[in-house]
Order: sequence, then structure tokens, then C-alpha cells
Amino acid sequence: MAGKKTILVACGTAIATSTVVAKAIEEALYDRGLYVNIRQCKAAEVPSLVEDADLIVTTTPVSVDKDIPVIQTLAFLTGIGKEDVIEQIINHIQE
Amino acid sequence: METLKNLLVQSAIILDCPAEDAEDIVNVLGKRLFEGGYTKESFVQAALDREKEMPTGLPLNGSFNAAIPHTDIEHVLKPGVAFATLKSPVIFHNMAVPDETVEVSMVFLLALDQPKAQIGMLQEIAGILQDPQMINDLMNAVECDEVVRIIGDRNKE
Repeated sequence: MAGKKTILVACGTAIATSTVVAKAIEEALYDRGLYVNIRQCKAAEVPSLVEDADLIVTTTPVSVDKDIPVIQTLAFLTGIGKEDVIEQIINHIQE
Repeated sequence: METLKNLLVQSAIILDCPAEDAEDIVNVLGKRLFEGGYTKESFVQAALDREKEMPTGLPLNGSFNAAIPHTDIEHVLKPGVAFATLKSPVIFHNMAVPDETVEVSMVFLLALDQPKAQIGMLQEIAGILQDPQMINDLMNAVECDEVVRIIGDRNKE
């Protein structure tokens, strides 16, 4: 596999929500022996940061021009569908 | 340690609150945080403005839903969490799908003073939101001390 993939984790203010999501993703992947770069940002910052990202995980709608997978989910906050979302993330970063 | 228990502001816990709508409950809780010296006066309006653009309603896996309103750090003086359970649900909008509404019965109003800080506390809130039994226990609490105890006991497990 090539170098570490970068996941951009976005939410409204990059204070609370994306902090929880970033940590949860990091832990879930670490448990599976997968290492990624995770960057947190505000939804509004996504267009300027998307170039360096391989995958976007966001809790709030984002607009993206680049052809890049976007997973919009509340699973890391509410627990609903969390395992499915982790599988999706793994599939994307192992492509 | 910045646990949720430590960051919960006792004077900003309101149970069975007869809030009229989302704005009302953010106002009431925000006022308590301001009076406690946790936020600037601008915090409430900033949280309401943010809620309109980027809502924080979260549909949960049980009988009750929650919202976690918050706003930029510049409106905060020191970190604190206000908490309310509502007599009747009020309408928030869904964080992921802002066009959708969520009937919210529980509100955590977060005053955070640094991005990416207070991670332990935030993880605790996420843990609570993912635990329908815990949500039920909190909804049934009639005294503020009970809320603190329920949340504090969670750490011991």
C-alpha cells in the first residue's frame, strides 16, 4: 500500500463534533492496525483543504468540487450504524 | 481531568424545563452560563446564529433525541457544560440533514474555549448519546444532584 492516506474530518465549527469523530476514527482504525493522517476542519474550510485529502468524513453538509469520496454521518456521535461506517472508511482507505 | 462531571455547571442544570422552542432553551441555559462567568454575553446569540446555519440536533437510538448547541471559542471565557431535560420536546434541525427536524428532549449546551480540547468530556457526551439506558436515566432525573451522580458513576465503570 502507498503512503498513509489522509482523512479530512469536518463539522460546523471544528471545536466539538469533529474532535469526537476524529478520535473515534483514529481509535477504530488503530484497533485494526491501520494508520492514517486525520485533519480536522470546519465545513467551510473543506474546499481549501480537499486537495490533500483521500476521504472526507463529515457530520454536516460540505460542498466538494474534487472527485473524492464523502461520508456524511452522525454515527460516531449517536452510535447508529457505526460499524457500517467504519467498514466504509476502511474500504476507502484500502483502495 | 476535564471530565464531563467536572465541567457540568451545577447552576446550569435544568430538569423538566418547560421550554417553548429551541431558541428558548438555548437562551435559558446560555443565560446561566453567562451568569456563572463561563461565557461572554455574545455567546447565546452566537450559538443561536450557528444553530440556524449549522444545526446540532441528533436523532438517537431510543425514545429521546438530543442537541448539542455550541459556537466559536471567542465567545467563551472558561469551559463549561449546561444541561437540560425538557418537559416537552422542541424542534431542532438535524446536524447531518439540516432540512430535517428532530424532536429534542435533552440539550447539552457546550461552552468550549479551545478547538480540539476537552476531548475526554466530548467523548463522554458521545458515549451517553449512544446509551439509551443512560438517556432514560437522565430523562427521569428529578434533581440536579442525580444528573451529576449518573454522569459521574459512568466514569467508574
